[in-house]
Amino acid sequence: MSDITTQSLTSLVKNIKNKKLSSEEVTQAFVDRSEKSKELNAYITEDFSNAINKAKKFDQNPNLDLKLPGIPMAVKDLFCTENIRTTAGSKILENFIPTYESTVTQNIWNEGAILLGKLNCDEFAMGSSNETSFYGNVQNPIDNGLVPGGSSGGSAAAVSGQLTPITIGTDTGGSIRQPASFTGTVGLKPTYGSCSRYGIVAFASSLDQAGPMAQNVEDCALLQEVISTYDKKDSTSIDFKRNDYSKELTKNIKGKKIGIPKEYRVEGMPKEIEDLWQKGIQYAKECGAEIIDISLPNTSYALPTYYIVAPAEASSNLARYDGVKYGFRAKGENLIDMYEKTRSEGFGAEVQRRIMIGTYVLSSGYYDAYYLKAQKVRKLIKNDFDEAYKKVDAILTPSTPSSAFKIGEKKDDPVSMYLNDIFTVPVNLAGLPAISIPAGHDASGYPLGLQIIGKAFKEQEILNVAYAMEDKINFKNKITDWWIK
Amino acid sequence: MAKDKSEFLIERHNNVYEVVIGLEVHAQVTSNSKLFSSSSTKFGAEPNTQVSLVDAAFPGMLPVINEFCVKQAIKTGIGLKAEINKRSVFDRKNYFYADLPQGYQISQFKYPIVGEGIVILDMPNGQKEVGIERLHLEQDAGKSIHDMDPQNTLVDLNRSGVALMEIVSKPDLRTPDEVSAYIKKLRSIMRYLGTCDGNMQEGSLRADVNVSVRLKDSKELGTRCEIKNVNSIKFMQMAIDYEANRQVDLIEEGKSIDQETRLFDTKKNETRSMRSKEDAHDYRYFPDPDLLPLEVTDEFIEQLKSDIPELPDDKKKRFIDEFKISAYEATILVSDIETAKYFEEVVAKMGKNRDMKLAVNWITGELFAVLNNKNLEISESPISAKNLAKLINLIKNGTISGKIAKTIFELMMDGDKDPQVIVEEKGLKQESDPKALEALIDKIIDDNREKAIEYKNGKEKLFGFFVGQAMKVSGGKANPQLINEILKKKL
Repeated sequence: MSDITTQSLTSLVKNIKNKKLSSEEVTQAFVDRSEKSKELNAYITEDFSNAINKAKKFDQNPNLDLKLPGIPMAVKDLFCTENIRTTAGSKILENFIPTYESTVTQNIWNEGAILLGKLNCDEFAMGSSNETSFYGNVQNPIDNGLVPGGSSGGSAAAVSGQLTPITIGTDTGGSIRQPASFTGTVGLKPTYGSCSRYGIVAFASSLDQAGPMAQNVEDCALLQEVISTYDKKDSTSIDFKRNDYSKELTKNIKGKKIGIPKEYRVEGMPKEIEDLWQKGIQYAKECGAEIIDISLPNTSYALPTYYIVAPAEASSNLARYDGVKYGFRAKGENLIDMYEKTRSEGFGAEVQRRIMIGTYVLSSGYYDAYYLKAQKVRKLIKNDFDEAYKKVDAILTPSTPSSAFKIGEKKDDPVSMYLNDIFTVPVNLAGLPAISIPAGHDASGYPLGLQIIGKAFKEQEILNVAYAMEDKINFKNKITDWWIK
Repeated sequence: MAKDKSEFLIERHNNVYEVVIGLEVHAQVTSNSKLFSSSSTKFGAEPNTQVSLVDAAFPGMLPVINEFCVKQAIKTGIGLKAEINKRSVFDRKNYFYADLPQGYQISQFKYPIVGEGIVILDMPNGQKEVGIERLHLEQDAGKSIHDMDPQNTLVDLNRSGVALMEIVSKPDLRTPDEVSAYIKKLRSIMRYLGTCDGNMQEGSLRADVNVSVRLKDSKELGTRCEIKNVNSIKFMQMAIDYEANRQVDLIEEGKSIDQETRLFDTKKNETRSMRSKEDAHDYRYFPDPDLLPLEVTDEFIEQLKSDIPELPDDKKKRFIDEFKISAYEATILVSDIETAKYFEEVVAKMGKNRDMKLAVNWITGELFAVLNNKNLEISESPISAKNLAKLINLIKNGTISGKIAKTIFELMMDGDKDPQVIVEEKGLKQESDPKALEALIDKIIDDNREKAIEYKNGKEKLFGFFVGQAMKVSGGKANPQLINEILKKKL
């Protein structure tokens, strides 16, 4: 089968279960394509020969009852993987090899999947274009010179470019949904507390959430089913009844009420985004959903709130990278000098910027005006959603205010970069689940995504809406393999 | 230094100053594992052998609260008659140091688990109440070792993450003796509760001392200095004495006191500035997003209340009521839970015909002296409560004299020997047969005719001579009371 890498996860699983394909064949196909795709710079660390050995071993005694039997898969390099280097896209962890496995990746290996390697991402997941990675830019498979989005840029590029059938990313302010939107793939950010944060390099603890990224909604549902577990090792993990998301998936969303928040019609939003949204509304209607206009009045405060809360937590979370215990250490005259040099040389500009912002907003004299106020606004934003969900089952918005931009285009303009997250950050602040599905193309043929936001713990609901709409949209990603010579 | 004074006043020229002291005690929670990880807390292990990935702050590691430590903190709060806060919050206290792996300490800042309480001190001139401001849970840091390597500082993380209770007093203490009594009482309560072993040598109990001075009768508090980590009661007293005098001198010279953190130099017996208020860290406290607020129910608290043993104040009251001993004696006996246990066991083993006076005297006298000499805890006493009770009963029922008892006591120390067995083996039973004693005394009078005549003629001092002779001849076994009676009759 020459078209292995174009197959969906669901079809690969079926073919392995039916013994039409071996794990080795599938793994080899993705390894081969990954080898030919170095130009994309999607990987930070490859583990191809181990992957093939593991696949061979799987084939010797295949357990076909597993959900991901012998499926190869690369993961974002923010997940700690036992004995495999984990860098978080940073120089400061360039040689860091964990002795432990994150809960989310362990869940994946427990269901039979095989690690292909670690995927590029913005440094400590801070970025919206994958340009802050110490390991270089990632190319968007859609077009040469285009960012894949971020921070899960390597993950989105790898799925879109068929280097891995599925992957996992993390989403703190849009880091799964925005790159999914930029690469024509599907990305789900689950409810806060759905997937364990144990073993994931922390960015902003109260916002970070791991989630699946895939070529379609069904694959996304299957992966969500695998990764979402209650975990006592994470005090913020929540013990709620999780669905069999892939089995319970249905296109029947008749009578579902879908809210359209007027505040998401932001100033300066390109017409093609507005058009896409209208098209989305039409599709939802065609699926039998009822469209209801709603208001989320505090939306405009979400971005400033996010850029206080996230850096505040990050400034503290990243204090452990001090050169003392592990990771990069610069030589210093004394302890303070060593700290300063280690952190100046070990962290990139964007990470340093956010540490500075975070340190500032937590400082005595500024705490009340910034951090405390931001926490209050965060509560208001959550209340907005609570109010809206009295009337609707889900909310439909664009995923991003634009399509993928050129590498370097916004690199020196952090504020314009931050604006990319305008539709995604309110969801993280409220701890809600949301999915981005590809829904169309802009004038340049670049993909555009729609976001469906759900009630807390109602991943099944938004997966169903996405599944139904996906069918109507019938999106085809335009991958030309331009990078394969 | 003030000794056993109810007032500690400093006089300069015509001004009399009062010293105001508040204590921040760091008490290590007695628990098998750390506050947020399952690593062992055992003291004295090889460096860095009791360190989990959480304790060393590896990427992606998350804290998970140890419920047992929460229970210990609440129990301590109950022992301090304090308000238990059903909702408390863990905050991050951010600062960089090599032995602080996370780059922050998880502590409780705004919402501690325990609120205001009271500790009652038994001072020579009566009781004194000291207010407790709060008790909160926090992680300990690791240990930096500066003297093991010529170039490098080494770090031992065994202590990193161990649970501490920070107990903050109100500025209610006035003298070094009160400070000593306060620490001892706090330690006593926690040892009764089993929430902190109070071992200052092992660092299970450490304190920062806040000292300020003001003119006597003034109501306003002066500027305070915090003296860090003074690790014995003696040093605390010395540090307070030095610091209070230093502050008074400054005021008298017309200078102002800087609010600062100071260090006590035990070799020079002085405090010196560690960092001023301007250099003080900005800890950037904020709620730890890795942990949910800690919420406990009324039932949870009630359950813990029902587990609280009798505490020193109540035990003291009971000892006075039930055993009719003095308040002073009761204070001594309840101060340490092991002493109280020992005493109660002696009382129980003495049976119906118990003699409290003898029990108290033997424990606080002979036994304490032996323990002191041998540097032993009462729990390691070479003489068991059971055998001490037997010895006391032998005195009480006249089998042996108090003097012989002391000899027997010495012999008992060799392997906790049964005093009854010693009496029989060595033939130390007291001679209480009046006929035998009369014969013995007749002989003595006979042998000392002249002295007997002198006594009759008024030289009463000689009575003691005859008693001594009787004891000597009987090998100390003669019942002294009977000897007295018979001698009076016969002389």
